[in-house]
Amino acid sequence: MVQTTTKNGIIVAKTGNEIMAEAMRQIAPDVVAAYPITPATEIVQIFSQFVADGLVPTEFVAVESEHSAMSACIGSSAAGARTMTGTSSQGLALMHEMLYIAAGLRLPIVVALVNRALSSPINIHGDHSDTMGSRDAGWIQIYSENSQEAYDNLIQAIRIAEKAKIPAMVTTDGFIISHCMEVVEKIPDEDVKKFIGEYKPERPLLDYKKPFSVGAIDLQDYYFEHRYQLIDAMEKAKPIVLEVAEDFKKEFNREYGFYEKYKMDDADIAIVVIGSAAGTAKVAVDDIRKKGVKAGLIKLRVFRPFPHKELAQELSNLKAVAVLDRCDSNSGAPAPLYLEVTSALYTHCKSECPKVINYVYGLGGRDIDLHHIAYVYDMLGKIKTGTQIKKVVNYVNLR
Amino acid sequence: MANDRMIEIRWHGRGGQGAKTAALLFAEAVLSTGKYVQAFPEYGPERMGAPVQSFNRISEQPITLHCAITEPSFVVVLDPTLMDSVPVVEGLRKDGKVIVNTQFSAKEIAAKLKVSSDKVFVVNASKIAMDTIGLNIPNTPMLGALVKVIGDLDIEGVLKDTRHKLEQKFRHKPQVIDGNLESIKRAYNEVQSEQAVAAKNA
Repeated sequence: MVQTTTKNGIIVAKTGNEIMAEAMRQIAPDVVAAYPITPATEIVQIFSQFVADGLVPTEFVAVESEHSAMSACIGSSAAGARTMTGTSSQGLALMHEMLYIAAGLRLPIVVALVNRALSSPINIHGDHSDTMGSRDAGWIQIYSENSQEAYDNLIQAIRIAEKAKIPAMVTTDGFIISHCMEVVEKIPDEDVKKFIGEYKPERPLLDYKKPFSVGAIDLQDYYFEHRYQLIDAMEKAKPIVLEVAEDFKKEFNREYGFYEKYKMDDADIAIVVIGSAAGTAKVAVDDIRKKGVKAGLIKLRVFRPFPHKELAQELSNLKAVAVLDRCDSNSGAPAPLYLEVTSALYTHCKSECPKVINYVYGLGGRDIDLHHIAYVYDMLGKIKTGTQIKKVVNYVNLR
Repeated sequence: MANDRMIEIRWHGRGGQGAKTAALLFAEAVLSTGKYVQAFPEYGPERMGAPVQSFNRISEQPITLHCAITEPSFVVVLDPTLMDSVPVVEGLRKDGKVIVNTQFSAKEIAAKLKVSSDKVFVVNASKIAMDTIGLNIPNTPMLGALVKVIGDLDIEGVLKDTRHKLEQKFRHKPQVIDGNLESIKRAYNEVQSEQAVAAKNA
């Protein structure tokens, strides 16, 4: 029987896009400026219908490109408005220039983002190349395993971004989650409103009694200090992420953190993975454990800020770890998540580090199933008992 | 493996026949009976008439799997002409069932699909749709046939939920609601296997 976690919870069947649009309606931002792109189109399409039907008082700005969408968001956020948008893939790529500006101006814009492969070749399906390409843009990045997490993460992101004064993107895997209808527990409108609270910007541009400049030139004299403030803010966003998660758990009884640990207590081998594949991997872990293998899983939720100390601590006592990346850095070196995880281990491991292997999977929406994940755990079992890692970067389900 | 734990369904249709809508409607209806569900389409090139697939998972427990369905427990074929070009029974589980919208008998369809006749259920959903809705849209009647063949789903709950959904979707066209519901009921009652026919004739 489908159960709610709180007495006011509302059980619905929604796709990832539908529930993100629903979260946006409940958040009721002052401004949404957006341009459609598959597979994120529905989010702003459904939301714009809410606006048209008078269900949400948001000013909806239909713009002519994603570059303009992010530019309009920057203007609106700087003016002091709670501001959101939605995009994906090439759309995020087109926003790229403006992403850094949003972060540098410390504007808490929140983006509902659907992960999709980047061209070329043209592909509309899910992988993490788009947001991984923006990983150093100064944005908080929160990834979701399923529709429930997408909904909960988007609501939490508002508070995180506004407190940290850093923009945030909350993602789902394109089609796999964005177009998959699942059971989701919704929070009543008034409870969402209460949880996110009223937005009180510190320095809104429209406060004409306290005029100031935004976006001024900043050369050798102060640029470094201002960028350092952003670096420092990202570090300080870590406790904020946890605080908001703690409050969320208190109110709605669903638990979040930097990552989710699945059967890690006695694990000696583990997979680290982001997004929807973690759900499939949980089933694989259950299956493998029936054979007596001490397999565990860490699903990373927050990629920026990266919880390097915490993650290293979780992994340091393991014998072997596989990091699964749904993108490649095309760099002649391993993929982004592997680089972060191994760097964390090298930095924080007190004694011997676990052996770490990298698997790139799912580019352009290529399926990853239980057999593929079972194979990775099988390899970890071999590495644990002494098999040498010959190739660091390996590919799952690549023909 | 996951297969033992949950029901997995694959819908085969042609672009425009409502295979995606059927999977979504079915998921919502099954949720109303208190089970966990997933519904997702396979997105390829989208054009009218091209073979398309959509999928459902049903479970008593929360569903965390997010991979493709390759070994379905039930296959629903909305368009009988697909059997000539698409391997619709591919990966069908040992105890799996295929439900086909057709005017032919289960025995004839079994011979065509080269599977044993106890796996095959047939219903003339196109005719039911013509009779009740006035259009050849076989997706809603096939919902009824699927509920019957799965067995442990409550048809009254499904009808109630579907009525609710259709009332929202067609609030300006109430006449299509009763027709759609009638089509589900008729297909639920008319879907049959070779065994059922044999029992009746005995």
